[in-house]
Amino acid sequence: MKRILSRPKSLKDIALSYCPGCGHGIVHRIIAECIDELSIREKTIAVAPVGCAVFAYDYFNFDVTEAPHGRPPAIATGIKRTNPDKFVFTYQGDGDIAAIGMAETIHAANRSENISVIFVNNANYGMTGGQMAPTTLVGQITTTTPFGRDPEKEGYPIKLCELLSTLEGSIYLERVSIHNPKNIINAKKAIKKAFQYQIDGKGFSMIEIISNCPVGWGMSPLESIKWIEEVFIKSFPLGVVKDKAT
Amino acid sequence: MKKLLKGNVALCEGAIAAGLESYFGYPITPQNEIPAYLSRKMIEIGRVFVQAESEIAAVNMALGAAVTGARAMTSSSSPGISLKQETISYMAGMQVPVLIVNIQRGGPGLGNISSSQSDYFQAVKGGGHGDYRIIVLAPNSAQEMYETAYDAFDLAEKYRTPVMILSDGIIGQMMEPVEFNRVEKKESKLKEKNWVLNGCENREPRSIKSLFMEEGALERNNIELQEKYKFISENEIKYELYMAEDADIIITAYGISSRISKSAVKLARKNGIKAGLLRPKVLWPFPSKIINSLAKYSVRFLSVELSCGQMIEDVKLALNGKSKVEFLGKAGGELVTEEEILNKLKTI
Repeated sequence: MKRILSRPKSLKDIALSYCPGCGHGIVHRIIAECIDELSIREKTIAVAPVGCAVFAYDYFNFDVTEAPHGRPPAIATGIKRTNPDKFVFTYQGDGDIAAIGMAETIHAANRSENISVIFVNNANYGMTGGQMAPTTLVGQITTTTPFGRDPEKEGYPIKLCELLSTLEGSIYLERVSIHNPKNIINAKKAIKKAFQYQIDGKGFSMIEIISNCPVGWGMSPLESIKWIEEVFIKSFPLGVVKDKAT
Repeated sequence: MKKLLKGNVALCEGAIAAGLESYFGYPITPQNEIPAYLSRKMIEIGRVFVQAESEIAAVNMALGAAVTGARAMTSSSSPGISLKQETISYMAGMQVPVLIVNIQRGGPGLGNISSSQSDYFQAVKGGGHGDYRIIVLAPNSAQEMYETAYDAFDLAEKYRTPVMILSDGIIGQMMEPVEFNRVEKKESKLKEKNWVLNGCENREPRSIKSLFMEEGALERNNIELQEKYKFISENEIKYELYMAEDADIIITAYGISSRISKSAVKLARKNGIKAGLLRPKVLWPFPSKIINSLAKYSVRFLSVELSCGQMIEDVKLALNGKSKVEFLGKAGGELVTEEEILNKLKTI
């Protein structure tokens, strides 16, 4: 029998530590498939965040460095400027990229660093127990917004793609989701396009991936998927926000 | 042939001669000559210069360059160095060699832009979180800024550790003749070493990290770090002794204070006081053994610093009660004069 599907070479054959039903595993898988398909595994240097994906170096089968919380775009800048021939991407969560690391994110985009940023938006701080993130929805209950996020006190969810789209330096920004096969296929296409843009030297790309956090949201995996479809992506509309390269 | 250079520029030349590949900085007085000089020079010689959006971004860019094996540097002055401390702790934990330069100004807080030595505790006692040490070098002339920057990279790579040059506004901005007495290195040989991230072609993938969650792993890692620090303590102490053999009073001072103290020793000798000088050229590891061995009966010590008294604590620890240590310092960016040191020596 012919084997038509197997584990990507860019993903190690070990169990992931993510919670049951979590979207990170899917995101890891489609990134690994893109790296394999573009034949760039041996020149990849990835930057892992502080957050749920802090152990990314245990799962990806290529070189990965740790980064202090929020600083992956600065670390990636240092790597890529010094080694323009390498392929460099960061993997970051909402707290990392849009709260503590917002300055690094904006300025890396504004300089149009030739890097790819994978931004997993699951509307809460998963690793630390489900606190409010910059992307937490209005009214969403988290461990630090027990009465629901109140815009008068906590502000509104930050739409990072739209924010970065105002900068001349941002080249490609798209928001995708992984709540069903159709959207997973689309997410993979976006990631691959962003990676190709880096290979072609086009500049800064970011793919924002709407992902589920069943444990952080206090839902079953199925409920969390339904919540993405019915609630989450109503606040964070999917699609290309900017594509300067076409 | 010697060139007349500011200390900050001499430091840049030393770093470039050592094969500095990537520099990341942010404006702050009194270190502005460094990014300004390198913004032109690094581009002209085809190397990397980036003005970062913050001190934090700059030090992390340096970390990024360094994990790939490149010789990387960032520089700042006191408040900016405070901002870099988290990442310096990461560098120590990840065991990544980077050169960090602190051209000290007055503190605490925004303080002022005058020369100061009040970041000694921060530099030698850790600065950031966790059980770690960094090598701290203290040049006291433009010539030494050149030589120290050059040598710092070899030290950092030898021990896979961040290294700090702890200088000050006067050493950084004073112009002195500098001889380029080091052999120019084109680029780092580090990229061939067995820990750098340069793509996993023909080898297993690597990661560089400071996170150790498995039971006992962090303790094992920290014990390994402490063994490294012990080895450094035994092998990298550097100091200068001046007229200390027959001295009744020995001044301990580093950086700009040691220049003034040396003149004060000469002045004291003319006045019939047998003074001497011990100048640590490396602040961590500290020359404790030599200080202790100098503490013969009746030899007194005087710590001269542009602070309210920081290095004096390490002098006291070194002496372990064998002799008395007096203090002379200035806070808030003022300088100590030779005459003030002489007057103090007269009272001891």
